[in-house]
Amino acid sequence: MSTYMEHAEPGVLKKYLWSTDHKVIAMQYLFTGMAMALLGGFFAYGFRMQLGFPDHSVPGLGLITPGKYNALVTMHGSIMIFWVAMPVLIAAFGNFLIPLMVGCDDMAFPRINRLSYQIFLLSVLVLLASFFVKGGPFGGAWTAYPPLSASGAYNLTPAGAVMWLLAVALEFVAFLLGGINFTVTAMNSRAPGMKMYDIPILVWMIVLANVIFMASVGPLIAGAIMLLFDQTMATGFYDPTRGGDPLLWQHLFWFFGHPEVYVVLLPAMGIVAEIIAVFARKKIFGYKTVLYTAWAVGFLSFVVWAHHQFVAGIDPRMANIFSITTLLISIPIAEMVFLYIATLYGGSIHLDTPMLWALGFVVEFLIGGVTGIFLGSSGTDIYLHDTYFLIAHFHYTFVPIAIIATFAGITFWYPKMFGRMLNETLGKIHFWGTIIPFNVIFIPLFITGIAGDQRRVYNYALFAEQSRPELQHLRTVSTIALLFMLAFQLVFLFNFFWSFRHGREAGANPWRSATLEWTVPSPPPHGNFAEMPTVYRGPYEYGLPGHAEDFVPQNVPDSALAGEVKA
Amino acid sequence: MSATAKPLANTRSGTGIPTARLITWWVIASEIVIFGGLLASYVMHRIGHPEWADAASHTNTWAGAFNTFVLLTSSLCAVLAHKAADAHDGPRAAKLLRLTSLGGLIFLCVKGFEWTADIHEGFVLSSGGFWSFYYTLAGLHGLHVLAGMIIMLIVAADAAKNQELQRVECIGLYWHFVDIVWIFLFPLLYIAR
Repeated sequence: MSTYMEHAEPGVLKKYLWSTDHKVIAMQYLFTGMAMALLGGFFAYGFRMQLGFPDHSVPGLGLITPGKYNALVTMHGSIMIFWVAMPVLIAAFGNFLIPLMVGCDDMAFPRINRLSYQIFLLSVLVLLASFFVKGGPFGGAWTAYPPLSASGAYNLTPAGAVMWLLAVALEFVAFLLGGINFTVTAMNSRAPGMKMYDIPILVWMIVLANVIFMASVGPLIAGAIMLLFDQTMATGFYDPTRGGDPLLWQHLFWFFGHPEVYVVLLPAMGIVAEIIAVFARKKIFGYKTVLYTAWAVGFLSFVVWAHHQFVAGIDPRMANIFSITTLLISIPIAEMVFLYIATLYGGSIHLDTPMLWALGFVVEFLIGGVTGIFLGSSGTDIYLHDTYFLIAHFHYTFVPIAIIATFAGITFWYPKMFGRMLNETLGKIHFWGTIIPFNVIFIPLFITGIAGDQRRVYNYALFAEQSRPELQHLRTVSTIALLFMLAFQLVFLFNFFWSFRHGREAGANPWRSATLEWTVPSPPPHGNFAEMPTVYRGPYEYGLPGHAEDFVPQNVPDSALAGEVKA
Repeated sequence: MSATAKPLANTRSGTGIPTARLITWWVIASEIVIFGGLLASYVMHRIGHPEWADAASHTNTWAGAFNTFVLLTSSLCAVLAHKAADAHDGPRAAKLLRLTSLGGLIFLCVKGFEWTADIHEGFVLSSGGFWSFYYTLAGLHGLHVLAGMIIMLIVAADAAKNQELQRVECIGLYWHFVDIVWIFLFPLLYIAR
């Protein structure tokens, strides 16, 4: 046993706030992310109520004024992407699973890992503090386009805008630290015998996501510095009257912003891959092809960003090029989905809750992908841009990623994290209670979008060219469905906390899974492995005939199997 | 757990590259895109605004050239420190690292005099496009110089006791990166007309 694993039991504060254990840090990220998700959901409730029932007082929020509406949509978008999707999908799952899946005792740099969470927590606190400053939180939309974001005279939230920018910058620093640590750990700290193509797909996906994040976020950090100076030090980087250019921000923002979609998509795809293999009892169809498509996606994600700017006045010839690259990127993504479907084909499918979520992800994400084609083509985008069609499209991508895949991951690894099983019946109620309302929220919005409803309008009745009273029933249906979806999350919360104490004991490997995290006790002890594992095989050896079990864990050598073949 | 106890994860080397060097390269990669984004923004603006050359002519090219010389010389000291660390001569490595950070200090002092003169002439951050980029780029670079100096002194303190000698190479890599960024900044901000 290394000296690292011998430790005195620390005090509560030290254990939960100052720990360097990757599993504790994963829990910090998970619970912070879940708390922020509740906040983000609450804000969606606020502005959807205003859209569904215009100018009625909203319980818990009062009358939604235009300023309050702007703040609610801005905070909903920012929180869901930066403070929910990133910390839960990448940081929580990455922290918990990478050392366990690659067979080592912790991250390569545990104290950098701790610093990463502490900076992240600071970013949360800065964002929350901005709710209480004069003018309220930032109301210039999560994309923060100047000149709206650069001038307090336009966005009416001068203090909130600066704090939002600082919070986002801190969040980037936290994820750079965390991501570099993940990448180094996966590259260097693998168990002996674990070759490049023996690494579970989820680890690959999180590492690729971090590399994409790292390569794309730099220009936006530079852009954020410039925007901060425009806000606070009277520079004119984005002010055309002083030699600046507001389009520069759009380029810097989307050069990060579009790869960011794949930064959160890839870990979600990884979670789904792990679950599909286990619950179909089959090897992932085309393991290497999954990786090749992921690399192709990663590369192409850097050359599609201007499809967000088709109506911003860019050269139509450039728009053509970006249309082509955007349509190209759907090929590797579609290929990846086909591989997952091929994995299901002929499998022995078990429809436990994690598998329902994984299949739900594939189905719903397909709708998001297909509607993206319309927005990626510059011709149709000019009509559909900034309508609710766009809103519905990216919620059909982001909800499967940040909500559905996250629930898939939580329900799948909950036994490993907490040592007990979640309740299956409650899990299935929660699944259908989320999936059905989700579709009822966003299918009507495709229709209102095509009919011309613009986003970021707080009351359509006040704008003559936007007022389409015949669409109001669809907006109301969407709002009511949201109320249902939010209400069903209570089932999940109850299940989550009740099962801490009352769930069935999980044992080490309740799903009969072959990857290394299931070879240790649940929850894993400090240092993870009593004896450091050696890896002898790939991660998805399922459905093997002639063995006592239908799977072989990665750390079992062939010699141990010789006796039992054809038993 | 003592502060120096390291997890097994830290000591493994699946790629054959030592973990400390590997993470340093990733940190540098992430920095390249930050400076890359800012520099690309500057170059695009500069091409679109030929009149910025007038503002650029007010920069003190000689001070910039002297600073380039200072920074390159300090990088030489960092290389020698790495060589000393490879020979397990911690105290010599520490001495050379301290000399390297002295170079950083001289660089920052010259920068201070330069900026004071610029500000006295009335050129501040908000004086126009060129000056905004000038102060932002050089300021961000200066912060990196400062951070490098501080880290270098910490590494030197350990190295003097022959501890954590692998860090000497890593801080050296970082210092060369800071140096190379300046090699881009100097012609683009001072010389280009």
